[in-house]
Amino acid sequence: MNKTGRLVVHLILIAGALLMVGPFIWMILTSFMSLGESTRVPPVIIPSELRWQNYLRVFTSFPFLRFYWNTFSTTVAKVVGQVFFCSMAAYAFARIRFPGRDFLFLLILSVLMVPSQAYIIPRYLLMADLGWLNTLTALTVPGLFSSFGTFLLRQFFLSLPTELEEAATLDGCNHFQIYYKIFAPLAKSGMIALAIFVALWSWNDLMWPLIVNSSPLKMPLSAGLSTLQGQYGTDFPLLMAGSLMAIAPMILMFIILQNQFVEGIALTGSKG
Amino acid sequence: MSGLPMRGGPPKPFVDQEVRGKGVDDVSGINKKKLQDWFWAYLMIFPTLAGTIIFSIWPLLQSFYLSFTEWGAFGFYEWGGTVNFERMLGDSVLWQSLRNTLVFTVGSVPFGIALSIIVAVLLNTKIRGMSTYRTLYFLPVVTMPVAVAMVWRWLYNADFGLINHILRSVGITGPRWLTDPKYAMLSLIVVSVWSSIGYNMVIFLSGLQGISKQYYESADIDGANAFVKFFRITLPLLTPTIFFVTVTSLISSFQVFELIFTMIGINSPVIRHTQSIVFYFYRQAFVNMDKGYAAAISLVLFVVILGVTIVQFRLQKRWVHYE
Repeated sequence: MNKTGRLVVHLILIAGALLMVGPFIWMILTSFMSLGESTRVPPVIIPSELRWQNYLRVFTSFPFLRFYWNTFSTTVAKVVGQVFFCSMAAYAFARIRFPGRDFLFLLILSVLMVPSQAYIIPRYLLMADLGWLNTLTALTVPGLFSSFGTFLLRQFFLSLPTELEEAATLDGCNHFQIYYKIFAPLAKSGMIALAIFVALWSWNDLMWPLIVNSSPLKMPLSAGLSTLQGQYGTDFPLLMAGSLMAIAPMILMFIILQNQFVEGIALTGSKG
Repeated sequence: MSGLPMRGGPPKPFVDQEVRGKGVDDVSGINKKKLQDWFWAYLMIFPTLAGTIIFSIWPLLQSFYLSFTEWGAFGFYEWGGTVNFERMLGDSVLWQSLRNTLVFTVGSVPFGIALSIIVAVLLNTKIRGMSTYRTLYFLPVVTMPVAVAMVWRWLYNADFGLINHILRSVGITGPRWLTDPKYAMLSLIVVSVWSSIGYNMVIFLSGLQGISKQYYESADIDGANAFVKFFRITLPLLTPTIFFVTVTSLISSFQVFELIFTMIGINSPVIRHTQSIVFYFYRQAFVNMDKGYAAAISLVLFVVILGVTIVQFRLQKRWVHYE
């Protein structure tokens, strides 16, 4: 491409990038404004000072630390649970021959075809029967299992050579040992991709927490923030400060694990 | 549980692969080694299998049952036959939600896909700073939808929002974006496109990288310009990826909920004009506590999504090129 062509491409991409990042910049700027500054006409673009007290107010106005802990702990549990359970099942489906294997795999896979709304009501009733409403258990336990994760990791295990388990079998290892010692480490990139997806879904999920947990002390950040919006509807500096703190961990994770993110998505998109 | 652009996607074709490396076959068919294998296999799939059955498959079957029940006060319900399905036929609010969902889908999916293809093609030109651009375009994807909604509500704010400030500076009085029925849906579509571009762009980028350079080299020899190359090579060879993205985008668009819940809100005067079928489902199930009717709606949604997906797979022969 020639020089002008490249310049035009850059200009288009920069304009697009501004549109993509603009709302984030506005979020940051607003989070430092005073309430008065945020509602001035003509608008204040740069706040007159860095008002960190807006961030402090987030913690004093509502149980933000509790929201944070609820989101963080349930997300960690779901990531660990799914990566472990899915990879174990994926190994068995990919590398062991047993009666009913294909049927059971299809059964698990079939859930991917179904929109979650089609089973969410009985799932909620089950939580109620178990006495799990307004507990972190309700947020966590149904999220420990995943058809998507099992499918994704099965693909990984299928691509590994057979000599691996032959040697291990001769050494007298059982299948769990083969999985644990040999296959799991080899599927690390797949597991990281799954971990990223699970973390993102769990961190950002809204509908399920809204349904099962109405007590503010058991809400994750997403549900907490959305109820907050109702109470502090026009206090945008406060809402922006809260939002920024809520999204920071995922943005940080994305920036650090960017390549794994991109590979993971490409993986789900390839071979339609 | 859903509505994120990332969620799921349709199951990929099930490719059965022989498990190689099985031991010497015993004549009787079953030997000790085999039994051990089975034991470990069932043990290892047990958590996922049990979890899937308890939390998804069994509840799905219960939904079928619930859709034939009538719910009264205090959560009591009784067999109602097809009463819920009959009620759906005459429920104009439900039909409007379905229409809103279609408008939202038609407004956001093609537009979002076109924009993400353009960005991906531009990024694929070996341009400097490619990964920086990619990061910036991807940011909305990792951002909590509630926070996205919050900042866009602020931007759309009729009196003090940045968008109307900018419009005012060029002499236009901006509308009340989120409370005027004429603009509310458009506002939602814009945010939806904004937050999905990055995700689709990454999929398109990997699709583009799979296109052999030879095609472009021979096109260069023929003296083809960039537009010819785009329409004659890039676009046709990208159709499998476009197909995949279309299928997944339509599925998640049909399930839109969070955006409406957080940007419009259940008490808004325009909720009738913007609520999606999943939003209406949520209302019936968890606000009006009419779980039988809601279950029926969820099953109709399931059938609609399944139908649309099947139609797409049928139609793919007409436009998707597989090498």
